[in-house]
Amino acid sequence: MSAEVFLDARVEVVLGGFRADVALARGRGVTALLGPNGSGKTTVLKALAGLHTLTSGHVRVAGRAWAGDVRHLPPEERAVGMVLADPLLFPHLSLLDNVAFGPRSRGMPRASARARAAEELGRVGLADLAGRRPSEVSQGQAQRAALARALATDPELLLLDEPLSALDPQTRSATRADLAHRLREFPGATVLVTHDPLDALTLADQLVFVEDGRVVQAGTPTEIIARPRSRYVAGVVGLNLVHGTLAPGTPATLALPGGGELVVAEVPAGAGAGDELLATINPAAVTLYTAPPEASARNLWQLDVAAVTVTGQRARVRLHGIPGTDLVAEVTLGAVAQLGVSPGARLWAGVKATEVAVYPA
Amino acid sequence: MTTRRAVARLPLVAPASVGVAFVVLPLLALLIRADWAHLGTHLSSPVVGQSLRLSALTTSLTMVAVWGLGTPLAWLLARSEHPLTAWGRALITVPLVLPPVVGGVALLMTWGRRGVLGGWLESTLGVTLPFTTAAVVMAEIFVAMPFYVISVEGSMRGLDRRFDEIAATLGAGPVRTFRTVVVPMVLPGIAAGSALAWARALGEFGATITFAGSFPGRTQTAPLGVYAALERDPQAAIALSLVMLLVSVVVLGALRSRWLR
Repeated sequence: MSAEVFLDARVEVVLGGFRADVALARGRGVTALLGPNGSGKTTVLKALAGLHTLTSGHVRVAGRAWAGDVRHLPPEERAVGMVLADPLLFPHLSLLDNVAFGPRSRGMPRASARARAAEELGRVGLADLAGRRPSEVSQGQAQRAALARALATDPELLLLDEPLSALDPQTRSATRADLAHRLREFPGATVLVTHDPLDALTLADQLVFVEDGRVVQAGTPTEIIARPRSRYVAGVVGLNLVHGTLAPGTPATLALPGGGELVVAEVPAGAGAGDELLATINPAAVTLYTAPPEASARNLWQLDVAAVTVTGQRARVRLHGIPGTDLVAEVTLGAVAQLGVSPGARLWAGVKATEVAVYPA
Repeated sequence: MTTRRAVARLPLVAPASVGVAFVVLPLLALLIRADWAHLGTHLSSPVVGQSLRLSALTTSLTMVAVWGLGTPLAWLLARSEHPLTAWGRALITVPLVLPPVVGGVALLMTWGRRGVLGGWLESTLGVTLPFTTAAVVMAEIFVAMPFYVISVEGSMRGLDRRFDEIAATLGAGPVRTFRTVVVPMVLPGIAAGSALAWARALGEFGATITFAGSFPGRTQTAPLGVYAALERDPQAAIALSLVMLLVSVVVLGALRSRWLR
């Protein structure tokens, strides 16, 4: 990531009753735009592409004004490439002609455009399939061709809208690897809309979380994982997030809005009673018991199991009962069997004070 | 069991059968009453060749105009979000429901000697349109284009908008997108619309006879030829009708196997 601002945008778009207002200032490299459905991610992406007109704000890329004041360059005059969840290859053209479409549209002679297209297809491993129609290739191949098509015009800004979400899981991980590889070679700025944490963490060097049309948190993956600031962000990085008020006295305790409390080991330097704090609890640090344990953890609640999901050897157990928040525990499959974890079961959940990370709200 | 089912479906099957008979019987009658032994002689009567040639010429010119004007129009209607678009769509459909003879009068009021534009056209350019072959083509365009536009607009509206958007991000302006993405992708719809429009143009009678008259070799197209011959030479009229029936069936059949399902 270079220090210069390559992509400088403040995008305000009003669509019916919905308003998105998102600012991005980025060097080259990959920015992931994350957020729940309907949070305005795609709206922002389309505004960057020029497919939505800004209500106010500006878009500047590589020092050139694309939008702002009274200016609005149409998409075809922006150095932009776009890949959506569906490949949307033109069905009447071969893969080669699909990829050559951009260079041709930008005035390159047919032969050079085709040579350029062949080169791009080669970079995504599709050189052999250049003559095929989109209907004759697999989903993953089509999506790679769509990426080649978007990059064949040498865009300064590459926009990816959930590029892996329509793929089946196996194809998805292979295509993710191809995408990561291709993005490393790409010299411009990339904005990747996703709601898959894995996409964000493996492909992006900067994460921007959008909720309800506004940025709620931005930072490097490391910063975000350490200090998520909203429940959605915490969920994406797989942490429990609790919002509380520091109570007076020792041990240090957060008073939770619903009436519960959370004992913590350390508070941020300078925090005093009455300060609003955020606390994260790693789900792996939550211990489950069928009966209250003798040597008790500092925090102990009796909770109901709401849902259980399994990935590999681990299970994530969502527990109801702490007022105002759910607690997610991650335990082994062995523990699930031993403790009789199933929806509706009532269990004790313990968290050591030292396992709670606390930072200012 | 089977019998009971047949009985149960009778209230549906009976009217359907009457409907089929009502359409098919006249077609059969045409075949039955034809003088097959002397068909060659009848077909070589001047009214047949002359009017068929004129119909081929005028419907071809009509289709060129319909493609050239109607395709961009259909695309603009399909993608426009302007509140007046609905009105535009309604206006263009008027000739679909308008009695053709009224269309002919309307054309006369526009392009005729005392028409809104016709007077000016004659005084400045010395061009008189009514009762010319050009008038035949104009009448055919007037009645046929709405069929084409409505049909093609339907398939264009069904085209995923994201294709236009992707084309735009790849650097294609509106015209290039239309030419290289939209038209190739809605080709089946264009074929279907063309078949409808062409059939309508071929059968056009009312607007043509009102606006262009029925002058053999100049404005007497095949339908007008059939009508003119019916009293003088009924067998020639039947022969000409048979040719039109055959051509219609062949063209529709070819389009159907290629593009329509």
